[in-house]
Amino acid sequence: MTTAPAALAPPEALPQDGIVNGKIGIACMIISEIAFFGTLIAAYLFYIGRDINGPYPQDVLDVSIAPLKVLFNSIFLLISSVWIWLAIRSMRRGRMGAFVFWWALTVLCGAEFLVGTGFEWYGMIVDDGVWMGTNLFGSCFYTLVGFHAFHVTMGLLVLTLVLVLALLGHVTPRNVEKVDLVSWYWHFVDGIWIIVFFVVYIFGNMPVS
Amino acid sequence: MSALQPPAAAGPVPFLSRLHEWVATVDHKKLGTMYIVCGIIYLIVAGLEATMMRWQLAWSGMEVLTPAEFNRLFTMHGTTMVFFVGMPILLGSANYLVPLMIGARDLAFPRLNAFSFWLFFFGSLLLYFSYFGGQGLYGMGSAPDVGWFAYAPLTERTFSRGHSTDYWILGIFVAGIGSTATAVNFIATILGMRCRGMSLMKMPLLAWIMLVDCVLILVALPPLAAAQILLLFDRQLGAHFFDTQAGGSALLWQNLFWFFGHPEVYILILPGFAFVTEIIPVFSRKVIFGYPLMVAATVAIGFISVGVWVHHMFVVGLSPMLNAIFMGSTMLVGVPTGIKMFNWVATMIGGRIRFDTPMLYATGFLCQFLLGGLTGIFLATVPFDWQVSDSYFVVGHFHYVLFGGLVFAIFAAVYYWFPKVSGRMMNETLGKWQFWLLVIGFNITFGAMHVSGFLGMPRRVYTYHADRGWDFWNLLTSLGVIVQILGFSLFALNLVHSLFRGRKAGDDPWDAWTLEWSTTSPPPPHNFDEDPIVHSRRPLWDLKHPDDPDWKYE
Repeated sequence: MTTAPAALAPPEALPQDGIVNGKIGIACMIISEIAFFGTLIAAYLFYIGRDINGPYPQDVLDVSIAPLKVLFNSIFLLISSVWIWLAIRSMRRGRMGAFVFWWALTVLCGAEFLVGTGFEWYGMIVDDGVWMGTNLFGSCFYTLVGFHAFHVTMGLLVLTLVLVLALLGHVTPRNVEKVDLVSWYWHFVDGIWIIVFFVVYIFGNMPVS
Repeated sequence: MSALQPPAAAGPVPFLSRLHEWVATVDHKKLGTMYIVCGIIYLIVAGLEATMMRWQLAWSGMEVLTPAEFNRLFTMHGTTMVFFVGMPILLGSANYLVPLMIGARDLAFPRLNAFSFWLFFFGSLLLYFSYFGGQGLYGMGSAPDVGWFAYAPLTERTFSRGHSTDYWILGIFVAGIGSTATAVNFIATILGMRCRGMSLMKMPLLAWIMLVDCVLILVALPPLAAAQILLLFDRQLGAHFFDTQAGGSALLWQNLFWFFGHPEVYILILPGFAFVTEIIPVFSRKVIFGYPLMVAATVAIGFISVGVWVHHMFVVGLSPMLNAIFMGSTMLVGVPTGIKMFNWVATMIGGRIRFDTPMLYATGFLCQFLLGGLTGIFLATVPFDWQVSDSYFVVGHFHYVLFGGLVFAIFAAVYYWFPKVSGRMMNETLGKWQFWLLVIGFNITFGAMHVSGFLGMPRRVYTYHADRGWDFWNLLTSLGVIVQILGFSLFALNLVHSLFRGRKAGDDPWDAWTLEWSTTSPPPPHNFDEDPIVHSRRPLWDLKHPDDPDWKYE
């Protein structure tokens, strides 16, 4: 029983290709973002129906499918998750042309969402006269939807950067794991929008009995 | 190897080059050192703020400070101690120690780490700039005066003119982003960068506790950032979140703040646990008692701590059911904390204890943290809390936890790891004098606070009438401060003296068992010449005792 430690089989090394750290890092960042949005959503839920003056959500929020209205924009945003997934899949298969096509489509859909949100806000601010200071609904709405739009904007900046790098030939199938991390963030932005949409446009928009 | 060696210096390095080396560094050891140095500087600043408050309160009717100055001082004292003393020292020590302990070259994202440090640094400057810029164009206000938990609606523009509250928001917001990014960094480092053979259950407990700590940072700090943004929008964009006249709710701020605030105190104390968990076994010459239970207790504390925040709001007037639920959950924290307490004591029992300075501080931590924990159980009891809430009893309680607990653990850590960082030992005689002065001064100051609290003295009053019977206990509290100042001065003296004149430490002065002691003191920039390979929880024991290695028993 005097085996020296050197006689031990060398233990397994952790897979240290760097991308593991990146994956953990992005996952953690998304967890912290969820905590952040969770707080804003909690505040929104807390203040539903507590306004002491209008305009109320029921007066101004338009959930019809009309172009540039929220439902229309949401479809563009959510479907972009499919495009970015197709883009990553193409890249994994080494088809960079298809990657650029799907990736560009993702950027366009995200941009449509932002433009649509801009038109929605313009209508609410100019025609309906709702801004941050109007009432609690205004405070909550612009904070929550605005922070989401801010995250979409940040995502679009990174997506565009990757697109430009890909067009210049600097993104190769070798980088797929790193580019995939960008898509994680984009999926998060889309996923959180489903919750925001339900809270703001469905739950907070119920007809007052 | 030549690339790893610093270039042979021809004469002394010019000051600007050395400065540039520190400012532009991404090395976890340098960043950790800068965190800790900044933390100690702010400790002095916030300590002086407390000293001025104690001077004012030493006797009834003193007029050392105006009420407004007093309000600023307790706000800045609390905010500084939590965000710019506690956080940097814990992040700094994690920065220095975690990569060394898990046998890594650096953190997972070194540049993000540097970015986080500078966010913390400039965030703290932003808070203190309020003393000069807080007036803004209004010509009103100076430093923040709303208390460290900044209750609405005091923070609304109506009641807090000028920009003091905005500086409070922005300073902490910026530093908070840095802390969150560091938490991401540590989780990735601890999960992805451990050396060969170091499975999670062979990891030093410090790394385990820091992992849980960082998960807590990850879920607790973003809600604070969100709440601060709501407040900022109230103040700058005219939103109504906390504006009661427009239907807003002051209660929401309390909920959001304490949803951050209570996990935050665990974020602060867990690294204290981590330090003593590493120190007690080494100075008891025994392995830590109940390693898996320590891990489980840490994780349990992490889970429970996000579900206890309402105990800060018992006097608000929530429903009895809600109060009862949170009373229960708060008392539940006592179970895993008690497990840890017993594990530390069980580690000491039967050990060949060496009472060197680090062990003295660790023992002091055990006793004083226990007292703070017990008054914590008192305060968790709703009727008792109703009686003493917002009194000096509460102030006494949390200082026993954070000063008697955390600061003593930090001193234990400084005395224990200073030889590794500087290559020199700290002076034991000065260290022991400092310990006893601090123990005596601390217990006089904060022990007396429990009594003045029972006698009904509310916290945050700038003075009191002579007929209340509080004079004696306040005088005692303030006199204790003088003893503490002596202790802290000895520490400063010891630190500077040992840095230049201390006895050479060698690689492993304490005969310890974790990987940081296997490299040189101070460690080279690349940490380890060879990637360490680990077979047990005490890799250095295995190296020193090849005939009786630990891995046979684990």
